[in-house]
Amino acid sequence: MSEDKLPGYRGELRSALEEGGAEIGDRLEVTVNNQQYTGSLMPRVESYDDWHIILKLKSGYNIGLAHSKDMKIKKVGVAEKPEFRPPPLPEAEPGLPKVSIISTGGTIASRVDYVTGGVVSAMTSRDLLGIVPELVEVADVDADILYSVFSEDLTHKEWEGMAKRAYDKIDAGADGVIITHGTDTMGYSAAALSFALQDLPVPVIFVGSQRSSDRPSSDNATNLMGGVYTAAHAPFAEVVVGLHETTSDTSIAYLRGTKVRKCHTSSRYAFQPVNDWPIARYIDGKVEMTNDRYRPRQPSEPRLLNSFSDKVSLVKFHPGFNPTIFDWLIDDGVRGIVIEATGLGQVCKDLWPAIDRARKDDVIVGITSQCIWGRVHLNVYSHGRELVDRGAVPLEDMHSETAYVKLKWCLGQTDDTEEAKRLLLTDLVDEFNPRTPYLEGSR
Amino acid sequence: MDIEKLGLTVGIEIHQELATKHKLFCSCPPRLSDKEPDYTFRRKLRPSQSELGEVDPAALFEFLKGKTIIYQGDHDTNCLVEMDEEPPGPLDSEAIEISLIFSLMTDSVPVDEIQVMRKTVVDGSNTGGFQRTSVVSLGGAVKVDGKTYHLEQVAVEEDAARKIAEEGDTITYRLDRLGIPLIEITTAPEMYTPEEAYNVAARIGGILRATGMVRRGLGTIRQDVNVSIRGGAIIEIKGVQDLNLLPTIAEYEAQRQATLLEIVEELKKRGVTPKALRQEAADVSDVFKETGSKILGAALKRGGKVMAVKLPGFSGLTGRELCPGRRLGTEMNDHAKFGGGVKGIFHTDELPGYSITAEEVHILRERMDAGEADAVVIVADEERKCVAALGAVVDRAEQALHGVPAETRSANPDGTTRYTRPRPGAARMYPETDVKPVKVTPEKLEELRAMLPEMPEVKLRRFMKDYSLNEKLATQVVDSGYMGLFEELAREGHSTTLLAVTLTEDLTKLRRDGVPVEGLTDGALRDAFTLVKEGAATKESLPDVLTWLAENRGKKAGDAVSALGFDMMTIEELTALVNRAVEEKADLVAERGMRAMGALMGVIMGQVRGRAKPQDVQRLLLSAVEAKKG
Repeated sequence: MSEDKLPGYRGELRSALEEGGAEIGDRLEVTVNNQQYTGSLMPRVESYDDWHIILKLKSGYNIGLAHSKDMKIKKVGVAEKPEFRPPPLPEAEPGLPKVSIISTGGTIASRVDYVTGGVVSAMTSRDLLGIVPELVEVADVDADILYSVFSEDLTHKEWEGMAKRAYDKIDAGADGVIITHGTDTMGYSAAALSFALQDLPVPVIFVGSQRSSDRPSSDNATNLMGGVYTAAHAPFAEVVVGLHETTSDTSIAYLRGTKVRKCHTSSRYAFQPVNDWPIARYIDGKVEMTNDRYRPRQPSEPRLLNSFSDKVSLVKFHPGFNPTIFDWLIDDGVRGIVIEATGLGQVCKDLWPAIDRARKDDVIVGITSQCIWGRVHLNVYSHGRELVDRGAVPLEDMHSETAYVKLKWCLGQTDDTEEAKRLLLTDLVDEFNPRTPYLEGSR
Repeated sequence: MDIEKLGLTVGIEIHQELATKHKLFCSCPPRLSDKEPDYTFRRKLRPSQSELGEVDPAALFEFLKGKTIIYQGDHDTNCLVEMDEEPPGPLDSEAIEISLIFSLMTDSVPVDEIQVMRKTVVDGSNTGGFQRTSVVSLGGAVKVDGKTYHLEQVAVEEDAARKIAEEGDTITYRLDRLGIPLIEITTAPEMYTPEEAYNVAARIGGILRATGMVRRGLGTIRQDVNVSIRGGAIIEIKGVQDLNLLPTIAEYEAQRQATLLEIVEELKKRGVTPKALRQEAADVSDVFKETGSKILGAALKRGGKVMAVKLPGFSGLTGRELCPGRRLGTEMNDHAKFGGGVKGIFHTDELPGYSITAEEVHILRERMDAGEADAVVIVADEERKCVAALGAVVDRAEQALHGVPAETRSANPDGTTRYTRPRPGAARMYPETDVKPVKVTPEKLEELRAMLPEMPEVKLRRFMKDYSLNEKLATQVVDSGYMGLFEELAREGHSTTLLAVTLTEDLTKLRRDGVPVEGLTDGALRDAFTLVKEGAATKESLPDVLTWLAENRGKKAGDAVSALGFDMMTIEELTALVNRAVEEKADLVAERGMRAMGALMGVIMGQVRGRAKPQDVQRLLLSAVEAKKG
């Protein structure tokens, strides 16, 4: 398949450019409205209109000129195709711990193409070391590209792929595994791998960046550095998410994969622990443990329990919730539903018949709270007790995203509803915290 | 040194803050904070790598300095956008309009679609590591003394964070100024004398102020000057705040470059080659182990070293003055400070001195095998820093063999300049994809054309005519930031002369005396003038009232009058005072009759102290004296 030589250009303007034999990067002389402009042709963003031509002037600035019948376009120079000369790789120190980096698509590292302004993601180990050369002082790094997708497009199939690849890397002798991932669904993937990869001997650390990695202020380098160091040296063997602890670049917090949630659309410190403390933090070049409950690094045989059901739904309860949604889901063959209820785990009584139907049709209904923090408690109010009587399963201090992932996993391990329910309520990897901590701030 | 013969060429970039409601990319108010910060946080900026596998030299330079940046923020003047924790909002439409108005006033042709770019900046003054900037129009011209000077472009961009401190490994910035909209006007390099540069900059400033839509006050307009001479290099001098200094800056820079070119020739004559300069820094600590120099001694005591490099053929040249008070050695000093983080260097052209003896210099020269034609540079600090600093000195010495090095410099208060950083590479702009481009439609341009502000000279003529001001006062008002307020108040019936004199001459004098007049709001000024109009205060008391208001922000003019005791006297009080004075000077009146009025006025006005109108005093005095005379 040939690459589009004029990305983003359509219609009459495209024809005019094609007539002139112009390609992106070529120098053009454009005359319109008695003004002459000289510059290099730049790509047009697809979703913008089709009648502006973008030129990069000698000053480096881009401008947009409106196409009209009297516009004349003349090609006066051919684009310099820049040849990327990767910088010389730093010397790897011998005897360092092995850290495997598996990338699934979050742009933890990228380069700016100043010719077109495009941002090129850089995912091979050579690329990563070129951009964060200090990594060689910390570990012997190898990097694979597993997927190249936006994280919101990931499904449980990709979770299974990630778990298998991480398992293989551990089998091949990795002292720690990093998975680079888009931040939007990172919490889900981390929860998934917490269940799919048990008895871990080494840490599996999800790393991403909130601020695009083409910018000098990006959190990518510090997150990656912290991640590689922690993967190589930390005394825990859990699946965790590791991004900035605060807006400052000073510390990276490692949050248990089953107790982490993205709580801000854009900030560096978006990931917060739910009903738990962070497991560890990377600060001043070292790892500090911040939790008593964790699985220590140990020479164990990891178990790959890699199967997720695709017949589970997560619904958010709200005033005016339409109970028919349950009917549609059940008629569609759903096997498990997590309801993100209100407060201690309440839903309106108009929903009770639907929950009855779910129980009759062998559908597991789990209850979590949209308050995010705190524990559900269905014994306090009568409405809560009604839910329990109808077979709903209160999920303690688990937040809804993790509950959804765990229910998918449980129904992937067994066809037996009772067995799945039992697994759901069993604490397998410290996903339940029996003691709800007081976390300062609004939590 | 004849500047004309040097082939001086000057180009200017003017940055002016716009008086918009919001910042350029968010809804924060575009103003500085006068409060302490509410929070701080720390960051490090890394240079991004370009497609060519190269890193921008200026960016790398900043990163290698290893600085940590401390940002101060507050809840009133910045939000998550300035903290680089949230993507930017759309381009502020007011800022675009004001820029387009300036473009139309100078025949600069607007583009059809404004594209926002990211311009890499890693000194920490922009939290994202880049400045958002966009071209609004291309070309255009201004006329000064009948000559046309072309503009290259008009751009709108965000202002940078405010540097608060720089010490050791940290730089501190305040985020209030980050994001304030700036219009940037770039001229073509068509000015060939320092005076032309001044005139063109003044003209552009005048047109900007004529729009009435730019912020006023210290620091709201800044100039960058590009200066070159024949055979020299285009040097960018940043941050010229005082326009009056501009001609001096251009002159001194021309002189500096010309002297550097002379040095090139001299070094050639002396047969100095780059190879001769390449060396490792030598440890000469033992030469100074008994030194009386506090600087060298202190460093040695702390466990540091004194290290040296030889600059063959440089004797007399390191000490050569490039512009007043600054020598080639000063340049090396600045490079050393940046390159090594040291406090400074010494070079043999200025030694013996600074408590370093002739004997020590002699031994140093021997140790370094430096002949009479050679210079030696020493520095005292931790070994690592010495090596870096002297490396930078040798680099600068090598640059001296070739000519004027391309660099960015900053203006000093005396008009000289100092090295700031290497001139940034050209290709460091790429699209800001988080902000949609903005279309400039013909309809919009028509709408703006219909409401273009008057050019300064038109305004001047109108002010002289409509407000009966002489040319001097009219010029002052049009050029001040108070033009809009003046017109409002003039239309409300205040005395135009009083308005003009107070807003220009009096406020300028107060500012020079250190009174914070920038804090006077339009409301406070209006109040003060209204008091005078209503007779509750005299015009003579205005400067004091305004001083009090500037120092007591948020208070009303009425409060000032009471606080200062300027409440007007009642007619009864005044009559009593006048009569008392006349009684006391009864003999004078008896002797001189009406001719005593002058002296008596003086005495009485002194007692009245602004609390009565001179006309009233005169009237009452006249009656009293007449009565007394009999």
